[in-house]
Amino acid sequence: MTTTTVNPTYRLELTSSPHVHSRWSTKQAMWMVIIALLPPTISAVVFFGFYQLLIIAVSIGFAVGTEALIKTIRKRQINIKDGSAVITGLLLALILPPNFNLAFTALGSIVAIGLGKEIFGGLGYNIFNPALVGRAFLQASFPVAITTWEKPNFAVDTISSATPLAAFKFDSVVTQLSSLFIGNIGGSLGETSSIAVLLGGIFLIAIGVANYRIPLAMIIGVIVFGGIFWLVDPVAYPNPLFHLLAGGFLFGTFFMATDWVSSPITAKGMWIFGLGISLVLVIIRLFGGLPEGVMYAILFMNAFVPMINRYTRPQIFGEAK
Amino acid sequence: MKTKATLSQEYVKGLWDQNPVFKQVLGMCPTLAVTVSAINGIAMALATTFVLVFSSLIISIIRKLIPTQVRIAAYILIIATFVTLVDLVMKAQFPELSKSLGPYIPLIVVNCLILGRQEAFSSKNGVGRSVLDALGMGTGFLGALFVLGGIREILGTRTLLGFQVLPDFYEPWLIMILPAGAFLTLGLLMGFSNAYIAKKKNKERETLREKYLKPKSPTVNAQEA
Repeated sequence: MTTTTVNPTYRLELTSSPHVHSRWSTKQAMWMVIIALLPPTISAVVFFGFYQLLIIAVSIGFAVGTEALIKTIRKRQINIKDGSAVITGLLLALILPPNFNLAFTALGSIVAIGLGKEIFGGLGYNIFNPALVGRAFLQASFPVAITTWEKPNFAVDTISSATPLAAFKFDSVVTQLSSLFIGNIGGSLGETSSIAVLLGGIFLIAIGVANYRIPLAMIIGVIVFGGIFWLVDPVAYPNPLFHLLAGGFLFGTFFMATDWVSSPITAKGMWIFGLGISLVLVIIRLFGGLPEGVMYAILFMNAFVPMINRYTRPQIFGEAK
Repeated sequence: MKTKATLSQEYVKGLWDQNPVFKQVLGMCPTLAVTVSAINGIAMALATTFVLVFSSLIISIIRKLIPTQVRIAAYILIIATFVTLVDLVMKAQFPELSKSLGPYIPLIVVNCLILGRQEAFSSKNGVGRSVLDALGMGTGFLGALFVLGGIREILGTRTLLGFQVLPDFYEPWLIMILPAGAFLTLGLLMGFSNAYIAKKKNKERETLREKYLKPKSPTVNAQEA
C-alpha cells in the first residue's frame, strides 16, 4: 500500500447506501425529535413531580458521556452536537417508571449507548433501538424496581398505582379511556398521557421527520388484531381502543418504531414492520406473561429489518424479472 | 517436511493462541449454560479436562486400530465411558455441584471440543503429544470458564466463589445470571480480545513496513498508485 497525497480542495464525499432523502439534515431532525418529546416530558413532570427531571438529566448526561468516552477511546470524531445521544437518553428516561433509582438509570443509559449503539459502530449502524436495548437490560436486571409504579399526582381513590395493562391482566380491572387519554394513571414517565404523546408524534409526522407509514400500520394492526379477539370475547379481551391508549403503545409507535436507523427503508417494508410489531404486541399483551410488550415487539421486529429491506427492495428500472 | 512443534508448544497453544472458547469457539453449550458462578465454571472445566485427557490418551494409543469408517462411533464410545465415570463420581462425592450442573455433565459426551480434539489431533499424533494437547486445551477451557463465571457471579450475585466481593449497596444485575448475561459477557470478552489482537498485528505490520519499505518521496508514490 502506498500513500498518496490528497489535495484537500477536491474531495469526493462517499457514503454507503441506503440514501434517505429528507429535507432535514440529521442534526436538524434530531433536534426536531427533541422538540417533539417536550409534551411527554412536561406530562411526566405534571403527573409525577419534579424528581422526574433528575431522572431525565441523569439519563441524558450518562448517554452523552458514554458516547463521548467511547468515541475518544476509538479515536473517532465526537459528534455530540448531532443530538442522537441526547435523544437516546431522553427516550430511555421517558420509558422508565416514575421515581426510578438514579444509579439504575445511569446504568441503563450506559448500556443503551454502549451495547445498543456504539458496539455496532455508532449512529447509523445499530440494529436495535438503543433506548429500548437499555430498558430491556434494566428490565432483565432489576425486574422489581422497574415494575414499581408510583401513583400519579392527581390520583383519586379509584385509580390504583398499577398500570392499566397490569390491572387488566392480573385483576381484570378496566381503566376508563378518558384517564388513559389524559394520562392520570400509573405508568412510565412519558407514556401515560396519550394526548401529550400524540401532540409530539403528529408534530414529527407533520414536519416530515417521521414517516406516517409505520405509525399508521401499527395503529391499524392493533385495531384489527386486537379487534378480532375483542369480537370473539369482549369480556376476556380488551377493546382495541384500550390497546391503543394504554401502556407505551403510542409512545413506542411515534418515537421508537419510527427510528430512522432501526426501521425499514422501503414503503412496503414499513407496512410489514408496523403490522408485525402490532401482531407481536397483541400476542404478548393477551397471551404472554408480561402485561406490556411494546418494547419486546419493537426489538423483535428490529431484528427482521435487514431481511425486510432485502425482500422489499423495489425493482431496479430496466431489470428483467 | 514441516518441523514438528516442541512439546511445550503443544501444551501452551491451548492456553491462548488456540483457546477453545475464545479462538476455536468450541464447546459453547457448557460455556454459556453453566457459567452462572465461578465454581460451576471450574467444576465443568475440570470434568471436561478429565474426559478430554483420558479419551485423548486412549484414542492416541489405539488410533491405528480404529477403521476410518467407524472412527466417530469408536471415539464417542470411549468418551462416553469417561463421561459416565465423571458423572457417577460427581453424583457420589459432590451431590450439590452435580445438581447445579444438571444435565450438562452427561452432555460432555457431545461437547464438540472433545470430539474436535480427537478428530484433529489425537487421531494423528502420538500419546505424549496428545495428552499435552488435551491438558493445554483443558487449561485454556478452565481459564475461559473461570473468567466468564467469575464476571457473571460478581455482577449477578456480588460474590466470587461464594465470598462477597462487592458492597451491600450494589444491587446485583439479575441479567448476568440469566442466559442473556452469558451471551453479553462472552461476546464482549471475545470482542475485546479480538480488538486487542488486531491492534497488535497492525502495530507489527507498521514496524515491518517501516523497516523494509523506506518512505519514498510523494511523487514516486503517486506514480505507483
